[in-house]
Amino acid sequence: MTYGGVPRWVAVVAAVGALFVLLPLVAMVTRVNWAEFVPLVTSESSVSALWLSLRTSLAATALCIVLGVPMAIVLARSRFPGQKVLRSLVLLPLVLPPVVGGIALLYTFGRRGLLGQSLDVLGITVAFSTTAVVIAQTFVALPFLVLSLEGALRTVGTRYEAVGATLGAGPTTVLRRITLPLVLPALVSGAVLSFARALGEFGATLTFAGSLQGTTRTLPLEIYLQRETSPDTAVALSLVLVVVAVVVVGLAHQTAAGTYLRGRVTP
Amino acid sequence: MSFVFDARVAERRFDVALTVEPGETVAVLGPNGAGKSTLLGLAAGLLRADSGRASLGRTVLFDADTGVFTPPHSRGVSLLAQDALLFPHLTVLENVAFGPRSAGLGTAESHAVARRWLDEVEASDFAARRPAQLSGGQAQRIAVARALASDPQLLLLDEPMAALDVSVAPAIRRMLRRVLADRTVVVVTHDILDAFTLADRVVVVDRGTVVEQGRTREVLERPRHPFTAGLAALNLLVGVRTERGIRLDDGSEIVGADSGVEVGVRAAAAMRPSAVRVSIDEPHGAANRVLAPVHDLEPRGDLVRVRSLHVAADVTPALVADLDLGLGSPVWFAFDADDVAVYPA
Repeated sequence: MTYGGVPRWVAVVAAVGALFVLLPLVAMVTRVNWAEFVPLVTSESSVSALWLSLRTSLAATALCIVLGVPMAIVLARSRFPGQKVLRSLVLLPLVLPPVVGGIALLYTFGRRGLLGQSLDVLGITVAFSTTAVVIAQTFVALPFLVLSLEGALRTVGTRYEAVGATLGAGPTTVLRRITLPLVLPALVSGAVLSFARALGEFGATLTFAGSLQGTTRTLPLEIYLQRETSPDTAVALSLVLVVVAVVVVGLAHQTAAGTYLRGRVTP
Repeated sequence: MSFVFDARVAERRFDVALTVEPGETVAVLGPNGAGKSTLLGLAAGLLRADSGRASLGRTVLFDADTGVFTPPHSRGVSLLAQDALLFPHLTVLENVAFGPRSAGLGTAESHAVARRWLDEVEASDFAARRPAQLSGGQAQRIAVARALASDPQLLLLDEPMAALDVSVAPAIRRMLRRVLADRTVVVVTHDILDAFTLADRVVVVDRGTVVEQGRTREVLERPRHPFTAGLAALNLLVGVRTERGIRLDDGSEIVGADSGVEVGVRAAAAMRPSAVRVSIDEPHGAANRVLAPVHDLEPRGDLVRVRSLHVAADVTPALVADLDLGLGSPVWFAFDADDVAVYPA
C-alpha cells in the first residue's frame, strides 16, 4: 500500500509546468510546412549542417568519455588537497554562458591564445576549424559525463573493488573488470547526455569556431541563420533536432533504469 | 607459510601481535569494536599501520619502519566478508574464475579451475546464474569458492556466517571445516561454535589488544578473561589458590575440584551456569553458597539466565515465577565443588 496524498493544488501547478514545457513544442510543430518538409531538410546546406553536427557531437562524446572517465574516477576515489575546488571548477562550464566559454577557448586555442601560439608554430591552426567545433562541444558537455559518473562511482562504493584486489587483480584489472562494468549504465546515460548537450551547442561554437558551411556551421547555427531568410527551413530543422533530442533522452532514461544496483545488492 | 603480524594503529587504539603457523586456522574472538576488522584490513592491505610489520612466508606484507607496503593484489591474501559481495555483473562461474583470470590464466583454464571449486562447495548447479538469483547461503558458498580459487596463501574470514539464516549456517560451517583443513586461515567471529568447529587456536581481542590466546579448547573451557568466559558461557571467578579451592579478593572461599595448582598462586575457578542452583532460603549441603542481588534476568530459549555481579545460573522460567525473582532480589546461588574447575589464572 502506498500513500498517494498529493494536494490538488500541487497537481494543478505541476500541470501548468508541464504545459509550459510542451506548449512551445506544439506551437512549433503547428508551424511546420509539411508540404515542403522533405525538400527543406534535405537541401544541401541542411544536410551538410546535420551531418557536421552528428560527426562533431559523436567526436565530442568520445572525447568526453576519454577525458571524463578518468576525471570522475579521480574525483570519486582519491583524496587530495583542493579536491572540492577542482570539482567546482570542472563543473564550471555547466553554469557558464556558452559565449563566455567560447571566448575563453579562443584565448586558449586561438592563434594568439595561450596554447594556440605554440600550436601555430607547429603549423596547427585550431580556431574556426571543425576541430574547434569539437573542442567547444567537449568543453560544454564534459561536466555532464563527469557529474553522472562520479555520482554512480560513489553509490557503488569500493567494497567490490576491495574484493577484486584481494582476489589478486591489479588496479587496472579492477577498473576494467569491476568498476567500469558496475557503473556502465551511468556511463552510458552520461555519454548520451553529453551527446545531447554537444548536439545543441551554439554560443561557444559560434564564438570560437565561427559559422562556415560544411566546416563549422552545425545544425543549431544553421537554424539560427535560416530564421532570417527562410523561417520554414528553420522550423523544419528545429523539428529534426527535437526528434533527435527526444530519442536521446529516451535512451538515457532506459539505460539508467537498467542498473545492477537495483534489487538485492546492498551498496 | 606462516603469517607473522605485529602492528599498531593509534587512531583506532589498535596494538595486536599474532602468529599463524602454516596450515593452521586461528579464530579471533572479541566484542564489537575490539579491533577485529582492523586486523583483517591491515592483513589484506586495505588499511595502513602506523608502526609494525607483517609477513607471510618470505613476503613482507608491510613494514612501517622501512616503508614497504605490498599492495593487496600482490599479497596472496584473500578476504571473505560477512556479505558474499559477488560481482553482480558476472555469472557465478565468472565470479569464481575471477581470481584465476587475474593470475593470468586463459578463459578455458580459469573456468576449469572455477568448476572444480564450485564442485568443492557443492554449488555447480548455479554456475550460469547471476548473483541476484541466489539465496544468501548459496551466495556465501560461491564466495568461499571464489576466495579459494584465487589460491590464497592466507585466507581471512570476517564473520562468514553472521549474515546467514540460522537454518543454512550449519551446512556452510561444515563445508568450511572441510575446505579450510590444511590452509592458513584467520577467522574473525563472535560465535563460539565457529571457533570450536573451525579453529585450532583462538586469539581473544578486547579494546585493541590481545587478552588471551591458546588452543581452542584450553582457552574456551578454561577462560581467564571475563569476555572469553562470557563467550564460553562460563562463570569465572579469580582469586588465590587455597587447600580447598580459591580465595576471592573479597575474602570468601570457593571450594573446587582437585587440580594441580599450587597453594598461594593466582588461580581461576570456572563453572557452568547450568550447574548453579538458585533459592531464596539459605541452601544446606552445597559446598559453595553465594548471597547476591539479581542483576539481570535474560531469557535464553527454554531457560532463564539469572545473573548476579559475579555468578550466573540457568533456571527454568517456572522457578523464576515461583521465586518471584526481580532485579535486585537477594538470592542464594549454590554449586558443588565437583562442578568447579580450578586452574592457573
